[in-house]
Amino acid sequence: MARTAVRGRLTWQVATVASVAAETDSVRTIRLEVPGWPGHRAGQHLDVRLTAEDGYSAERSYSVAAADGEPVAITVERLDDGEVSPYLTEELRSGDQLEVRGPIGNWFTWSTADGGPLLLVAGGSGVVPLRAILRHRLRSGSDVPVRLLYSSRTLADVIYRSELDQPADGAQVSYTLTRSQPPGWTGFSGRVDEAMLAKVAWQASENPLAFVCGPTRFVETVAELLVARDYPAARVKTERFGGA
Amino acid sequence: MELDGNAIGGLLRDVFGTEMTDAEATCGTCGAIGPVAETVVYLRAPGTVVRCRHCTSLLMVISHIRGLNCVDLGGLGALDVNQSQ
Amino acid sequence: MTSPISRGFHRRNRPAAGDGSKIPPGQYLTRDFPVLSAGPTPHTRLPDWTFSIRRGGQTLRSWSWPEFQALPAESVTVDIHCVTRWSKLGTAWRGVPIGAVLDQVEHDAQYVLAFSDGGYTTNLPVKDLTGGQAWLAFDYDGQPLAPEHGGPARLLVPHLYFWKSAKWVRGLELLDHDQPGFWESYGYHNYGDPWREQRYAGD
Repeated sequence: MARTAVRGRLTWQVATVASVAAETDSVRTIRLEVPGWPGHRAGQHLDVRLTAEDGYSAERSYSVAAADGEPVAITVERLDDGEVSPYLTEELRSGDQLEVRGPIGNWFTWSTADGGPLLLVAGGSGVVPLRAILRHRLRSGSDVPVRLLYSSRTLADVIYRSELDQPADGAQVSYTLTRSQPPGWTGFSGRVDEAMLAKVAWQASENPLAFVCGPTRFVETVAELLVARDYPAARVKTERFGGA
Repeated sequence: MELDGNAIGGLLRDVFGTEMTDAEATCGTCGAIGPVAETVVYLRAPGTVVRCRHCTSLLMVISHIRGLNCVDLGGLGALDVNQSQ
Repeated sequence: MTSPISRGFHRRNRPAAGDGSKIPPGQYLTRDFPVLSAGPTPHTRLPDWTFSIRRGGQTLRSWSWPEFQALPAESVTVDIHCVTRWSKLGTAWRGVPIGAVLDQVEHDAQYVLAFSDGGYTTNLPVKDLTGGQAWLAFDYDGQPLAPEHGGPARLLVPHLYFWKSAKWVRGLELLDHDQPGFWESYGYHNYGDPWREQRYAGD
């Protein structure tokens, strides 16, 4: 696999939608065909640009949902007050075209050489780049131990659920549901806090590498909690999405 | 909207011609050092404003004027690009 | 290469066709009230809040929040135009006319630099702040102005692009000579008349 180019200006390329698949009621995974795509690494993102007939254009960034070597895909959550996400999740069809630029990012990325143990903490759609990391780990046969703690509002909001319910060897997945839990729920409830991390997070002495992704407030709360557990700040990588 | 330097990865590729999220930024005001990815970013402000996470001082302001990116880096003490890419 | 049109994509919240309101060139109408900011939202507590008129490093006059609330205020409905191209019509505010505040100091300054919590500044000619053109607004749409929209008080100068309506305003520095504020220093127009589309320096 060619090494992902990090030099040179990125140009906008025309991508064709190969498929749109529902993950949940409001979330879609969009597979894209991008001629000449140089490849991507787990954790990277791409920028999408849409242009209306009157020339109005809007740009947004979306994490790549696929592992290195897999076809490019993004997972988009429909925001009720959004401008781009309702279009991508409800209007877009196979064969449609949009412009993309990427792959982008050289900080919030994981390669097997980066090692572990890995702690992945996801808030809502923040699970997307972390799922790419899990897929890359699996595809590359890495035995780095990994734990994912994934916070969602309800069970119906959990993205990639069937995949995450069958974690690979050496991977553990924990869910926390913040708004409501189904009868008989044995996972966590409520927001990620100190007590929950005490049960899930690697000890600082194991020299873990953490990736935290989700809404800005979520990321800041979790990152602070990890640093309070003696994780060095340089080993807590963060990516903030918009929203609360 | 308050995001971080990851959100302007594409813009910075445009401006610098290379990947910048892992470049090391030194705040010219408080001296804090960290990757561009971890700076505080305000998008569509009308321009793009990048602030130090520790002291909130301005690091970069990128205005988008007549199709050009106008870049002010005056708030940075240093910016070291990762050469081992 | 021209960008391909994204089938079926359009900007959000377009008012219905036939809305014949006149808006400045290059703008589009919105029903939202977008929040744009160059920094974190300050949260100055009212007991700590003051509004000052300053000149040459001296405070000429200062008002506490209760003193400010005792000034004559009026309700106005105005159209606002952001340089990022959205315009919002018929926004309802309550505020103190800036003329009433400037009248309380003796000065011959031609320009002001408005300054805000968080360090934001913007410059304006004094003559654009008087004569019923500008307010210190503290209520929006019948409610106290929310912090994300500039509360407790912001400038409201609707005849200029909305970056001149400084959020979280704390005072006016009287100037003999015009001096660019924050966005004016980063390439935006020194005056900012939306009807002459003065977005950037040199327009």
